[in-house]
Amino acid sequence: MNQQDSRNWIGKPLDRVDGPAKVTGQATYAADYRGARAASIGFIVEAGIGKGRISSIDTTAAEASDGVLLVLSHKNAPEQAPFGSHKDAGRFGQSHAALENDRVKYHGAPVAFVVAETLEQARHAAHLIEVKYDIEAGVFDAEAHEEDAVRPDSLDGADEADKETGNFEKTFDKAPVTVEAEYHTPAQHASAMEPHATVAEWSEGKLTVHMAIQILSDARKGLAHTLKMEPGDVRIVSPFIGGGFGSKLGIHNEAVLAALAARELDRPVRVAQTRRNLFSNGPHRTEHRQRLKLGADTDGRLLAISHDSLAAMARGYPFAEAAGGLTQSSYAALAIRMRHRIVEADIPKVDSMRAPGEAIGTLTFESAIDELAERCGVDPVQFRLLNEPETEPGSGKPFSTRPLARCLSEGAASFGWRSGPVRPGGKRDGRWLVGHGVAAAIRSNNIEPAGAEASLSRDGRLTLKLDMTDIGTGTYTILGQIAAEALGMQAGMIEVRLGDSDFAETCGSGGSFGAGSTGTAVHEACQNIRADILSRAARIDAGWSGVNSGELRLDGDRVSVGDRSLPLGDILDAVGGETFHCKAHIKAGDAHETMAQYSYGALFAEVGVDTDTAEIRLRRLLGVFDAGRILNRKTAHSQLMGGMIFGIGAALLEESLMDKRYGAFMNRDLAEYHIAVNRDVPRLEVHMLDGFDRHSNPLGSKGIGELGICGAGPAIANAVYDATGHRARKFPVHIEDVLPAVSRLVG
Amino acid sequence: MKPFDYVRAGSAQDAVRAGAEGRFLGGGTNLVDLMKLEIEKPDRLVDVSRLASDEIEDGVEGLRVGAGVSNSALAGHPLVRERYPLLSTALLSGATQQLRNKATVGGNFLQRTRCQYFYDVFRACNKRVPGSGCDALDGINRFHAILGASERCIAVHPSDMAVAMAALDATVETLKPDGSTRSIPARSLHRLPGDTPQFDHVLETGELITHVVLPASPPKRQFYRKVRDRSSYAFAVVSIAVAFDLEGGRIANVSIALGGVAHKPWRADRAESVLEGGSPSAELFAMAAEAELARAVGQGHNDFKIDLSKRLIVAALRDLSEGKREIAA
Amino acid sequence: MPSISLTVNGEPVSAEADVRTSLLDLLRETLGMTGTKKGCDHGQCGACTVIVNGTRINSCLSLAVGHEGDTVTTVEGLAEGNGLSPLQKAFVTQDAFQCGYCTPGQLCSATALLNEIARGEPSVVTDERVRLSEEEIRERMSGNLCRCGAYNNIVDAILSVAGEPA
Repeated sequence: MNQQDSRNWIGKPLDRVDGPAKVTGQATYAADYRGARAASIGFIVEAGIGKGRISSIDTTAAEASDGVLLVLSHKNAPEQAPFGSHKDAGRFGQSHAALENDRVKYHGAPVAFVVAETLEQARHAAHLIEVKYDIEAGVFDAEAHEEDAVRPDSLDGADEADKETGNFEKTFDKAPVTVEAEYHTPAQHASAMEPHATVAEWSEGKLTVHMAIQILSDARKGLAHTLKMEPGDVRIVSPFIGGGFGSKLGIHNEAVLAALAARELDRPVRVAQTRRNLFSNGPHRTEHRQRLKLGADTDGRLLAISHDSLAAMARGYPFAEAAGGLTQSSYAALAIRMRHRIVEADIPKVDSMRAPGEAIGTLTFESAIDELAERCGVDPVQFRLLNEPETEPGSGKPFSTRPLARCLSEGAASFGWRSGPVRPGGKRDGRWLVGHGVAAAIRSNNIEPAGAEASLSRDGRLTLKLDMTDIGTGTYTILGQIAAEALGMQAGMIEVRLGDSDFAETCGSGGSFGAGSTGTAVHEACQNIRADILSRAARIDAGWSGVNSGELRLDGDRVSVGDRSLPLGDILDAVGGETFHCKAHIKAGDAHETMAQYSYGALFAEVGVDTDTAEIRLRRLLGVFDAGRILNRKTAHSQLMGGMIFGIGAALLEESLMDKRYGAFMNRDLAEYHIAVNRDVPRLEVHMLDGFDRHSNPLGSKGIGELGICGAGPAIANAVYDATGHRARKFPVHIEDVLPAVSRLVG
Repeated sequence: MKPFDYVRAGSAQDAVRAGAEGRFLGGGTNLVDLMKLEIEKPDRLVDVSRLASDEIEDGVEGLRVGAGVSNSALAGHPLVRERYPLLSTALLSGATQQLRNKATVGGNFLQRTRCQYFYDVFRACNKRVPGSGCDALDGINRFHAILGASERCIAVHPSDMAVAMAALDATVETLKPDGSTRSIPARSLHRLPGDTPQFDHVLETGELITHVVLPASPPKRQFYRKVRDRSSYAFAVVSIAVAFDLEGGRIANVSIALGGVAHKPWRADRAESVLEGGSPSAELFAMAAEAELARAVGQGHNDFKIDLSKRLIVAALRDLSEGKREIAA
Repeated sequence: MPSISLTVNGEPVSAEADVRTSLLDLLRETLGMTGTKKGCDHGQCGACTVIVNGTRINSCLSLAVGHEGDTVTTVEGLAEGNGLSPLQKAFVTQDAFQCGYCTPGQLCSATALLNEIARGEPSVVTDERVRLSEEEIRERMSGNLCRCGAYNNIVDAILSVAGEPA
């Protein structure tokens, strides 16, 4: 590869460097870890009530069962810091104590933990434990307890729970065209293919944990705080993670229980949550009721927007998502109001799931926008273009970039959008009613503090050691590309090591901030290596003094500037040391405060609705996206597709159904919790604009992992309307929802 | 999973002798699933998956299929594709290739309901624990029965294959522990819940399905269609199997079975009565659908299945009378 | 505990196992072959797909004790000599995975799928004659969930190995 090429690693569609390991079964996920000492196997016993106290628990039969080594319950669980203490460490770093007392906080909470030699033994013994409860009335439904709703102290995805720009009521009252709609979005579970799993082993008072986790540094704090240890005495290892989607941001019960039991037994303990466990011992996105009021003038100019959200928050666990957060940044309007309310409920942990806020916010808001465009008699693409803001409407801040109009225009052209007002029910293809829909995607762009550590050996090999994770996002590959470009060297000479808390602390993976934040830290560390090489080289050859470090090239084990060249080994020999070793630490630049930063997209969908059965099938889905500079066109394309498929799920498939008499999720397996299968997904069309946002980070990139989900769902819902005349008010849209409309249209 | 004795049967006779107090293991795709959850807790498992019962024989009585034949082998058998296309479609509409490769014909009949209240040991379920109640009645019941349900149970049978077998008037052959055999019409193998929903079917304890016989001359026009939320790998919301001949422009030998609507594959005999001997027309089809669903009762979330079933009956009859064979939705 | 003898990836193996042990857990726990993954343990995701006597099954729902004498191929046995199989290569170049957790099952399914097509075994979308198409692949791969959403790329990887779509 020539020099010109080697300067342009970023963006190249390189194959994943971890690909060969993944296709041969050699990539070791948490539950695949086999240490020197054989692990015993743990199994969680879940509470069968939603709220109350354990009046008695009989573990004798379990303890006497074959192979059982230990049964933990609240009666004998080792002391832990109370759940929720160490709040200053954030919700992931706080104590996550389990089995701490006789209280049952939610359905499925652990009431006991069985450890045996084998899974078969532990699982059976778990069924032998008899628990009796005093059941108490619980709160399982935010809407039914709306009178207890409060404003949340903090929100994921918005600075303020309530915000009003302009005077909404006045403006709305005068608007000649209005839409008022109430939406229900369902509870969802991230349902990563890898269940949460932990292997805990102790040695001389120190804990090593192999686990499926997105952010190692937080997990380390969370475990240390729970177990009353120093974070430095906890090591987390997580080289491969089988998908996260938010569900592995923090630690969960299996990790705490494994650590406790391993210490009691002085033996490693491995626990993989069962798929059923995950619906209560993993986090979920809770149900939301969203109310939207939109007003426009008769030409299709937005005047007023109000977006209200009501949701449950798991009691004692501070997380709520900002369903209305994006609204203040979407379209120009004279008045914009958002309001979030939460009800503390006795339900399993509510936490981030892919694109918290925007995923469900765009689902409803972009549906309502479609409805308003229709009432104005304006084409829905035109309507959105017509209402493009100059600055962020809610804050007045300038946008770092705002390419939404381009996404919409290019998308409409690629899709073959037939412009004009929506007129539902007009298109047939055999037995199918066909509809087209459009929606905008918007997702906030964030940078989190991140460190990096890089060392360059005398033979010209660069090693990055980071506690960063690759949850399928391509991090191993992308960070190598960033480093190769930063040092002007071959990507093949770089080894990226991730997923060990002994390595440099990064931001981990989450909120689409991973690549941009850690990538920037890697970029900085490599810049520091350039400077280090140059300053050392100058000490042995004055001719290197005053050279611009940007001119420096690495070619194998030599470094060159212009016609000067030195072996790296010579420099090291002269000044001492085995490697050039540099660290860096970055945080968000001021532009993240002073400017509104988002990634954008426009989604176009075509659905078919069966005239006999009202089955809805997606026929086409096209997205045009701008996420700043693309770091790897291949992995970015894959991430966008994955997000779009989450959007298909949000529109048509996914819902965790709770029986609110008991606070119990009922469809807690993958046969009944429907994620899209291969056949549900037609050929997806993904277009990426060649953006570069210099305000985001020095790489010019923006978050991409959550963008695809944000417009796909509403585009599909709007297409269903175009096909049938059914306006979705609850998600996912099912057969029974559209059947009356289909019946009206075709008899 | 409770510990159990594992016995590999050398013959059907061995199996019934060994199995009276246990359960027979065919493909295990449902039984092992339920054993892990300790919803099924047999003391003994009699493995019948290797009995020499996996052959398919054609004879004057019809096609005689060993109970151990895999779902995929039956679906792909040339004679099944040719003579019983609705059965092939029904089989291939169910589950996935992996599961169909393992699941047996006998086991498919005997799979248990997917009612989530049956699956959740913390909830009341008369099928799982007789007398404990039915939490599905006032619970989440979108997938539940609209026909033939009782106050004790509103679960539905999940099989696609059994619906096809009921429509084709197949016969199930069994062997009892005492060595006697009997033949049971497939449409009568399963039962309605009544006061004893713990019993899915009419087989006695220890009675083994050995064969299924498909009639030699089924109706020429056949159709199976499954309505589902996912386009694959999903249980039926409602499904339908229809077969008839057109003789001189009139419907003859009609049979219709519905899936996803009852505790058993639901033979739509009232619809059949309306149709038999009639000339195909939209009006006739609608009359047949109305006649069958007149006695349907919704449970709340599943009310839509009544209208959906009617539409499906009309659509299936329409497509079949127009000569369309089956549609893979 | 019963002793079970079977052939895994061409190697004869014998092991003692609890009668309750699934083929999946036999592979992962007893034999230490962790390439095959557990996603749901109930036949609802396909991550545990392996090839037994030439056909693919969910190893989680199959008791190990029932596999006496069987021939099992797992993801660890798909590579050819020292190199990757054509499907494995195609999965890498087509980016047919992200997190990689479902990949062993996807690969075993895809490998078996090509044989099913060659044998003329129908699927629900097959009309008269079995021929490879995107629709056939999508249907036949629907027993392998991929939460990252690599479905299109999985189809492309299989097509690239099987030749042009019909």
